[in-house]
Amino acid sequence: MYEAIISLNNVVKKFGKQTVLRNINFQVPQGRIIGLIGPSGAGKSTIIKVILGMEVPDSGQTTIFNQKMPNRKLLGKIGYMAQSDALYEQLTGRENLQFYADMKELTKTAAAQQIKHVTQVVDLTKALDKRVSGYSDGMKRRLSLAIALLGFNQILILDEPTVGVDPALRRQIWSELQNLRNQGKTILVTTHVMDEAELTDDVALLLGGQIIAYNDPYSLKQAYQVNSIEEVFLKAEAIQNENNLYR
Amino acid sequence: MRTISIAKRVTRELFRDKRTLMLMFLAPILVLFLMKLVFSTNSSTNVDLATVNVNTSLVKTLDKVSHVDTHKYTTDKKAQNALTKIQSQLPNQAPKKQTQSKIINHYQYGNSDTNFFDKIVPILMGFFVFFFVFLISGMALLNERTSGTLNRLLATPVKRSEIVFGYMLSYGGLAIIQTLIIVLFTVWALKVEVVGNILYVILINFILALVALAFGILMSTFAKSEFQMMQFIPLVIVPQVFFSGIIPLDTMANGVKVISYILPLKYAGDALSGIVMSGNGFLQILPDIGILLVFLVILTVMNILGLKKYRKV
Repeated sequence: MYEAIISLNNVVKKFGKQTVLRNINFQVPQGRIIGLIGPSGAGKSTIIKVILGMEVPDSGQTTIFNQKMPNRKLLGKIGYMAQSDALYEQLTGRENLQFYADMKELTKTAAAQQIKHVTQVVDLTKALDKRVSGYSDGMKRRLSLAIALLGFNQILILDEPTVGVDPALRRQIWSELQNLRNQGKTILVTTHVMDEAELTDDVALLLGGQIIAYNDPYSLKQAYQVNSIEEVFLKAEAIQNENNLYR
Repeated sequence: MRTISIAKRVTRELFRDKRTLMLMFLAPILVLFLMKLVFSTNSSTNVDLATVNVNTSLVKTLDKVSHVDTHKYTTDKKAQNALTKIQSQLPNQAPKKQTQSKIINHYQYGNSDTNFFDKIVPILMGFFVFFFVFLISGMALLNERTSGTLNRLLATPVKRSEIVFGYMLSYGGLAIIQTLIIVLFTVWALKVEVVGNILYVILINFILALVALAFGILMSTFAKSEFQMMQFIPLVIVPQVFFSGIIPLDTMANGVKVISYILPLKYAGDALSGIVMSGNGFLQILPDIGILLVFLVILTVMNILGLKKYRKV
């Protein structure tokens, strides 16, 4: 068995009276791509916030590398890409990258080298010295991903990384993710695109604040007796709704 | 070092936003110029002279004398009639003969040309710095929050204090430039006399800018949108104008006066007036600086703690 890099134990998170996460147990092993799927409002973003230490669970605990979160220093080992692009529009792509490289305290040479590499991965080399305000939505998304790839990360947490990215580039991004996985990095991806979920090593299905299934795509499809992750998703949701009806 | 990177980034963003920059640097100059025009009237006596059969060249020369106007009349009687008409309009006639006494004016501060504008200029300098830094920094942080960059920034190992100090460095520098522009403009173009050391003026404005920044950032955490940020202007800025000393505080009721002690602009205004009007030295402005620093420390600590709302560590 793989060693758990990210570990959520009995995590409960409430916002006011609303319980967003009910008793989540979720172990992410090293060197795998984990897809986190679920309808909007299921608590995907909240899980990510708890992992990053932006939110503290009401009960239960989160550990990364066996250290309890929230922990500021551990954030240096995590690359994070948020759902919104969150870029400094007045700055150029390079200045955005340089800024985050500074935040991760990369040395000058390491920063220059990494900026070169990540812009190649997301195919932004030509537009690097243009202001972000002039970028298209797809370009912004790519720059946002490039920022997440900066630094000596052990873990990548990507919230919907391929929204608004065209198919060719999406394939390129996924091959880079697989590349990083092969180097031993751990990647947690949330996605709405179900055929992307097929590309992951394991899929965690989040519904109503609970992880209702967590297995590799093949086993999941077998368990639900369907042909695609999309159908798994729909079937799981239908079962959940039924349960709610009879509760 | 992250502090410096953040300061660099904030400054760079500001300097790319030409309109905001213009607002910060040119708007105060424009408003100061207008205020100079509005408030520069000194009460001086104007003399109207009636002339009857006087040499034209003499009349012309008289006319050129400032505060003297001449009116031509053809006969003595007409001139006399005009005079009685004016005299009947005057409320009280002063007794014509009085014991001879001489009044000599000594000016402790300023000179015979000093007017209301000169008196409020030092306070206005502080006000502009406070107002623009408050508004723009508040907006900037609000924008970071709503665009998600703050969250992203907090997902890096940056310390919360580094964010706050980075902003301070950037806006502090901006305030120095703004102060220099305002001071140079008032001294060279508006001919306002700065008796004390200009460096002290810059020092006070620098500290005031940091207070305004900390205040702006704090207020921005209570605002959900830029529109809501604007709503703090009547709440935060306007009272400060009333109690900053632009309207003389000594005429206010004692109870009301107390309010001024919790407003940072009052202390900056006092210190700035002291430096500009009476040439106060460092020791005399030290109490005001001290109180401004107390404001600054409290607000900064609140901000660093306040960022915990977005990241719990």
